[in-house]
Amino acid sequence: MIDAPFIVEVRNVKKSFKDVHAVKGVSLSIKPGEFVALLGPNGAGKTTLVEMVEGIQNPDEGEIFISGLQWKNNQHELHQLIGLSLQETRFMDKLTAYETMRLFASFYKLDAHRVDEVFALIGLEDKKKAFVDNLSGGQRQRLALGVALLNKPQILLLDEPTTGLDPNARREIWNILLGLKKSQNTSLILTSHYMEEAEYLCDRIIIMDQGTILAQGTLAEILALGGGHRSLDELFISLTGRHLYE
Amino acid sequence: MNKITNHQLYRLVVAHFAEIIREPAVIFWGVIFPILMAWGLGIAFTQKTGVHAKIAIVRTEQTIDGRKSKLFAGLTENGIKKDSSYLVTLKNEKLGDAQLNYFETSSSNAYRLLKKGKVSVIIEDSNRGSKYSFDPSSQDAKAAYQLAADFEQNGTKSYAKMQESIVPLTLKGSRYVDFLIPGLLGMGIMMACCWGISYTIIDRRSKKLLRRMVATPMRKTNLLIALITARFFMNLAEAILLFIFAWIYFDVTIQGSVSALILLFMAGNIAFSGIAILISSRTASSEVGNGMINAIVTPMMVVSGVFFSYHNFPDWAVSVIQYLPLSMIADGFRTIFNEGGTFVDVWREAVILASVGVSTFVIGIKTFKWY
Ligand SMILES: Nc1ncnc2c1ncn2[C@@H]1O[C@H](COP(=O)(O)OP(=O)(O)OP(=O)(O)O)[C@@H](O)[C@H]1O
Ligand SMILES: [Mg+2]
Repeated sequence: MIDAPFIVEVRNVKKSFKDVHAVKGVSLSIKPGEFVALLGPNGAGKTTLVEMVEGIQNPDEGEIFISGLQWKNNQHELHQLIGLSLQETRFMDKLTAYETMRLFASFYKLDAHRVDEVFALIGLEDKKKAFVDNLSGGQRQRLALGVALLNKPQILLLDEPTTGLDPNARREIWNILLGLKKSQNTSLILTSHYMEEAEYLCDRIIIMDQGTILAQGTLAEILALGGGHRSLDELFISLTGRHLYE
Repeated sequence: MNKITNHQLYRLVVAHFAEIIREPAVIFWGVIFPILMAWGLGIAFTQKTGVHAKIAIVRTEQTIDGRKSKLFAGLTENGIKKDSSYLVTLKNEKLGDAQLNYFETSSSNAYRLLKKGKVSVIIEDSNRGSKYSFDPSSQDAKAAYQLAADFEQNGTKSYAKMQESIVPLTLKGSRYVDFLIPGLLGMGIMMACCWGISYTIIDRRSKKLLRRMVATPMRKTNLLIALITARFFMNLAEAILLFIFAWIYFDVTIQGSVSALILLFMAGNIAFSGIAILISSRTASSEVGNGMINAIVTPMMVVSGVFFSYHNFPDWAVSVIQYLPLSMIADGFRTIFNEGGTFVDVWREAVILASVGVSTFVIGIKTFKWY
């Protein structure tokens, strides 16, 4: 991997929980600065796949390289390289947003200065002193995004970062992420249930179902598959016989 | 950049400390409740030193005719009369003052008062000398009778004179509160560590906060050490407050070595912190956690002699109980508080407790479920 063209490489990864085959042999590669969306119905295996890339879960089979490194021997370097938000994390209720951010900043040996920068970036400055307990759902998701951005990660892995947000808040987050792409050439893997999010934000859309990749490409490429469809839902029906979302 | 306030261990400790003190229930259960318990039990089980005898007087026909009996002469001279009762105070510096409270009443009422425990002796007053009725198997009644009979015969002088032959032996540390306070201090450590540390870990795991935190360059041991450290300082503050209360209110003192006390206190914290980490090393369910914490904490609370000595258990049981962590802490504290104990007396306990803590910590961390 001398001049690795890919910053993330997933090779034939499988993961089962008892008799549930959550991820059944998935491969994908992501270039620096590329934004990729994972779309698929509940239980498709999106979270499981992303968490394996994040080093939180171990694949049963297959390999994952991030910037040419594997989790087994390079945890410290990889933790510095990635930023993530989980599908559902609740921070400590009795800490303020600012204290929460300071805590996570300290894990990266970052000081108050960087914390202030991130608060400005995510537009949550007026809630610095609010207890996490008292933040709205959307504000908590912004806080989680802020925590993910602290270390200026090269690779962002966001699991449904905008679920439950109002359209304005969602658009604001998209613009923050596009800004990072421009300024820092950040790569992004994002899971989502919103087609317009994938379309607006991502260079490539990967459609997952039952632990496998059904289709991938730009929105236009995917819709052109199998003779042209008007929507992802139509495509999904033609591939699986089921609606993408009921 | 490398200011201490940016260090992850510092931040973790501060965060957990904030979590603890921002929970109002913590102040109640950690600070106020132990003090209330010490106060209630300390009062209930600590004997008052002075004697306070309550006596009913029934006047017979021979005294009602106007001539004073010897007893009434004495009461009129030495007692404070209020309605139909007389209060006589017998003074004695070394024995402590004794108070005799006489109630003049009818015969039937006197027996009613006796049955209710409001008087312990009934005197049938007569010019030919009084008759005393009381239960001879009651130590209180016997003492009241002796004082009352002595007063009738000799007035107040006799009791006051007794002091010449008495050398008061005040045994510090032999009251029930002296036994109780060290036990409560030990119990505080156990409860705070097991509930505080275990609960925080289980809660963070179930919120998926643990997995979020370890998906950073944070050192895993720092997270646990921070929980233990914040908890230690909280426990120290709680212990000091309880001690100050006991010192001011009950005059409980530390007769032995304060540094040995601190050593044992730290060892106790290490022991129960380790146990707490082991308890919470795997589960994400607070019900399971509850059950496990109760299973560890409740037996020790009952058998380890916090409230009453475990030496009433059979010998084979005692040989086990005395090595339970809480027993070692409570016994060690008592040795230092009440028997003037020093390092020599408690270093073994401290070493065992610290080893228990370190080994449970290591096993806990090896089996720990972060995700
Ligand atoms: N820890 C686990 N134990 C057992 N089964 C699991 C576990 N985690 C995930 N699964 C199963 O694996 C499958 C994939 O789950 P996953 O969370 O990856 O789906 P997802 O695509 O993220 O769904 P959603 O859109 O609802 O977030 C599901 O059937 C789920 O029940
Ligand atoms: Mg998911």
